[in-house]
Amino acid sequence: MSEKRVFMKGCEAIAEAAVRSGCRFFAGYPITPQNEIPEYFARRLPEVGGHFVQGESELASVNMVYGAASTGTRAMTSSSSCGISLKSEGVSFCASARIPMVYCNISRGGPGIGSIQPSQQDYAQATRASGNGGFRMMVFAPGDVQEAVDMTYAAFDYAQRDRNPVLILGDGVLGTIMEPVVLPPMRSEEEVRRLKDELRDWALVGHDPKKEERAFILPGGWSTKRQEQTCINNAALYDSWVKDVQVETIGLEDAEVVVTGYGISGRIARSAVNKLRAEGARVGYIRPKTVSPFPYETFEKLDYSRVKAILDVEMSIPALMKLDVELAVKDRTRIETCLHAGGEIMSSREVEAAIRALLQGGRTE
Amino acid sequence: MERNMMIAGSGGQGVMMMGKLLAEAVCSSTDLNVTFFPSYGAEQRGGTANCYVVISDEAIGAPLGDEMDEMVVMNDLSLDKFLQKLVSGGTLFINSTIVKAPEDRDDITVIEVPATQMALELGSPKVLNIIMLGVYIGYTGALDEQLMLQGILQKLAGKPKLIPLNEKAFARGLEIGKACRQSSETR
Amino acid sequence: MNGTDMRNEKELKKVYSRTSTFRKDMVAGFCPGCMHGTVFKLIGEVLEELGVVDRTACVFGVGCCGLAMEYITYDNTTSPHGRACAVATGIKRTNENMLVYTYQGDGDLAAIGLAETMSAANRGENFTVIFVNNGIYGMTGGQMAPTTLVGMKASTAPGGRDPKEHGYPMHMCEILNQLTAPYYLERCSCNTPQNVIKTRNAIRKAFQNQLDGKGFSMVEIVTTCPTNWGMSELDALEFLEDKMFAEFPLGVVRDRSAEKPDDQAEKSDDREVE
Repeated sequence: MSEKRVFMKGCEAIAEAAVRSGCRFFAGYPITPQNEIPEYFARRLPEVGGHFVQGESELASVNMVYGAASTGTRAMTSSSSCGISLKSEGVSFCASARIPMVYCNISRGGPGIGSIQPSQQDYAQATRASGNGGFRMMVFAPGDVQEAVDMTYAAFDYAQRDRNPVLILGDGVLGTIMEPVVLPPMRSEEEVRRLKDELRDWALVGHDPKKEERAFILPGGWSTKRQEQTCINNAALYDSWVKDVQVETIGLEDAEVVVTGYGISGRIARSAVNKLRAEGARVGYIRPKTVSPFPYETFEKLDYSRVKAILDVEMSIPALMKLDVELAVKDRTRIETCLHAGGEIMSSREVEAAIRALLQGGRTE
Repeated sequence: MERNMMIAGSGGQGVMMMGKLLAEAVCSSTDLNVTFFPSYGAEQRGGTANCYVVISDEAIGAPLGDEMDEMVVMNDLSLDKFLQKLVSGGTLFINSTIVKAPEDRDDITVIEVPATQMALELGSPKVLNIIMLGVYIGYTGALDEQLMLQGILQKLAGKPKLIPLNEKAFARGLEIGKACRQSSETR
Repeated sequence: MNGTDMRNEKELKKVYSRTSTFRKDMVAGFCPGCMHGTVFKLIGEVLEELGVVDRTACVFGVGCCGLAMEYITYDNTTSPHGRACAVATGIKRTNENMLVYTYQGDGDLAAIGLAETMSAANRGENFTVIFVNNGIYGMTGGQMAPTTLVGMKASTAPGGRDPKEHGYPMHMCEILNQLTAPYYLERCSCNTPQNVIKTRNAIRKAFQNQLDGKGFSMVEIVTTCPTNWGMSELDALEFLEDKMFAEFPLGVVRDRSAEKPDDQAEKSDDREVE
């Protein structure tokens, strides 16, 4: 029996993982279904000498994080869907000024106020347009609470490595579910301080102009040449992430039908895939764990003389991850979908039926 | 093997606590995978409450769904709403003090427990959920009864006064659960 | 050079020099007659006097004030429009020994950033707000601001501000004075040497409050914008004194440090009566 297992709710586990990774500032604004994240930080951060602020809005909260992170402090915010739209202002500023910060979207139904139930309708926003200006971020899509914990813990390191925002793209199931989880080690106060000190050259911690360069956190300015150079540098960073792709695969060596989905849909689809494979069916499975960078190469390597269809499983109508799958597949096989939206949750039975239809050469719809 | 169960009732009946106690005890005392998924109505008080617990020796896919092996129902509203989720051959546990057994499902086993009445007899309506938990464990053996009891006692560590009452409630439930199991097996 | 001359030269005392908080190789791009340059000079001088330049961070709002971001030699950043008080909250909470101030115009502070300003003041955040109020949006080209005077023309109120349609100018010092937490609120200007000195003293007081951990201070500085007011520099000064000061009277709106000695005096008086 693994002794270190604790039973935790997704939202709380994410917050605890952040604290253990060295997060010492959190600002957030209430919105269902992610309220346990700010509530947990409100209790937990004072215990480790950190600071929690309930912002007056999502806009204020993300900009408090922009301020705290500008000083090299590991900082985080979270929200859900329509609240994430408001965060886009501050996230874009962080991406332009190259500020390391982490935020989490426990997404719900959309568009608009949508519904408070779990959904995956923010994929395109998360991977393509989390704000103005065409920036990119690493986006992690955990499928269970353990992954959410591990990814949140690592997200702060990626953010600091790249000086760029990192997004944890969850959903209402992941945020609300309780599961056994093994927590990563708590970083010591010395280590947290050292991580902050590593950034002091550019961080807003005060510099003596007579002795050293000032810190100049610049989300844009008067020089178009300089801003163009910022964009060029950023693009080079985004290209470098191809090495950071994370993906889970099953049975691609003999698959005739490949099922793909991320986060909660990916997890549910896996049950159907495993069940059918146990019956001897040639079903493969690709679950992107990073949706940005997207595992294009995994799709590239498929044997398209054998794969007769790909089944894209998402809790989003219209399908959004499908756009990335299309980019990867380049018309070499057909792409079918199994979808829900608006807070309706996928069942593995539906996925199973869709796979069976494709195995028999039919269509899903 | 995967076990999908659902508990449904109204706010205040201890629905969530029952699910959480079960799932937490599985987490802390076994190597099995387990998920607990709560689902609330929009109301902060007095609305419907239901939760799903999945226990499996493999990775768990959906933590909730439309095919429940077992279902614990504490009020009529929940029975109307969720009974269709119970698979053929499944087991339904009802709080028979206030819930009428369904007449249109002869493909399931129904365990009727006058849990509200028993709780009142024991001295507190609040132990309704512990009685039902006892029945559930006694009937299904989803978890060793001693491990389940440990889990309950752990939860009450800060409120030692409540321990005797809860122990009694759990024992009464177990008794009924086991008796139902025996009679179903001999039948 | 003989010995006497040498001695005289030594006796010459340097009484004024350009603040070292401005870069020497650069000029600020403010319009003629604008007071931003004066305010930044005063801030720089006070920071030097307090010996805190090496632990100061300035948070710029969006607008003309941002023209100074290349120009000052100490740590700074630019916040999204209106969010300066939120950004400053994040900086100050995680770096308590720093001196943090926001520098914001009227559109930034009182329109798009009203929630951030009010909420930071209400939390009593321990930083300083320098609020430059010229009654108009400058950089974007003369649109109506929350502080535009009734009847004053703006590019988005071509017939002038009409209370029936646009409401009345907002008085931010007085509005914040409704809150319990703010420690110090004063309205100043830079139209005369005396007022420049008063502004300098107010900034010093506000910064000192922060260093003493007293909480939220705001110095509002009522200034001109000859360019967008469509006036000569001198006419703009006249308009400032006649019209702007009438709407936005100068003076201390709240000073908790001044209240305390009075309270204490009253108490000690009581004791004497006993």
